[in-house]
Amino acid sequence: MSSYTQRYSGPAIAAHWLIALLILAAFPLGLYMSDLPLSPNKLKLYSYHKWIGMTVLLLFVPRLLWRLTHTPPKALPMPAWQHKIAEGTHHLLYLLMFLVPLSGWLMSSAKGFQVVYFGVLPIPDLIGKSEELGELLKEVHEALNWGLFGLVGLHVAGALKHHIIDRDSTLRRMLPFGK
Amino acid sequence: MKIRHIALSAAALLLAGAAQAVEFKQVDTTKSSLAFSSKQMGVPVPGSFKKFTTQIAFDPAKPTAASTTLEIDLASIDAGSKDANDEVVGKQWFNVKAFPTAKFVSSGVKALGGNRYEALGKMTIKGQTRDIVAPFTFKQDGANGVFDGGFVLKRMDFNIGEGPWADVSAVANEIEIKFHVVAAPAAAAKK
Ligand code: HEM
Repeated sequence: MSSYTQRYSGPAIAAHWLIALLILAAFPLGLYMSDLPLSPNKLKLYSYHKWIGMTVLLLFVPRLLWRLTHTPPKALPMPAWQHKIAEGTHHLLYLLMFLVPLSGWLMSSAKGFQVVYFGVLPIPDLIGKSEELGELLKEVHEALNWGLFGLVGLHVAGALKHHIIDRDSTLRRMLPFGK
Repeated sequence: MKIRHIALSAAALLLAGAAQAVEFKQVDTTKSSLAFSSKQMGVPVPGSFKKFTTQIAFDPAKPTAASTTLEIDLASIDAGSKDANDEVVGKQWFNVKAFPTAKFVSSGVKALGGNRYEALGKMTIKGQTRDIVAPFTFKQDGANGVFDGGFVLKRMDFNIGEGPWADVSAVANEIEIKFHVVAAPAAAAKK
């Protein structure tokens, strides 16, 4: 009973799944598009990727503000080391949710392509065009993405372990439409 | 004595006349530039041509007698990125192997009032010739004449970007061309 009342708030749940979905779309799209030969299709996919990524960055701001001003439900009983890993993972996920799209945005500017959100809203370039910096930021974007990939894997594995093995409400309390 | 006097004043008159009607002819390519901006998925992407030659004969006192030709070395393009540079010299874009240069030949200049003018002429790119109207301004900067202008070129008029690249929703049809030409007066050439 008490664990059911300890659900995440509506905005927290909405932000969680929306951002999760966008990352799950941007990630494989990023891997796929970068190996394509130059074509109109490639230009389109790059733009979609950037728009999805910038949406993550945009949603990250209210999500972080909400998280900082609202106490999430208390952790369910578990060994202290597991709790530490889970918390550390969450913090790093927040960090990468911000740094991955930020590095993409900076890379795009350094490569000389301003980001124009949905093809209509020009987003300012925070840095100027520079070939070396563009290459470097590409490496950074890739490395951060593999970090994100690992963390998401750990995060999902943890959630599933709680759901399937421990049979507790860790996952359910973050699911939409749950009770 | 008298004859020398007349000769001198005639020379002075001629010089004065020349000062009023300077013809700007000597293009300084190091100070001149030919830039363009394409739109890819709504993103303006700047570019330029590093090599071009241009002849100009422009006398602000007789603008309608002005003429110009421009020849662009298409392989000297900087289209914003290495990938793009490799792509645009290819068959579907400029096909520089078969069409190494683009050419503009003026057929006339109109004075629009003030320092504003309009160059009319024919542009030939990739075997296609089209009429072009290029508004520009003229101002004098010290001894030099400075021409600044631009026009919108529709790339599909010249088959620039064929096959899949004919998709103007990825790369817009309209390409903004901007030129900046600095030319010295004709007389300076004799120094
Ligand atoms: C949550 C957000 C994002 C995720 C998960 C993500 C993921 C990825 C991934 C996995 C790659 C492939 C890296 C590789 O080749 O190994 C990639 C490439 C790329 N991303 Fe992102 N990205 C995000 C946001 C952004 C943003 C906001 C931008 C720009 C505004 C951006 C621009 C790019 C570009 C230009 C590439 C291609 C790099 C190249 O090959 O030249 N990304 N992204």
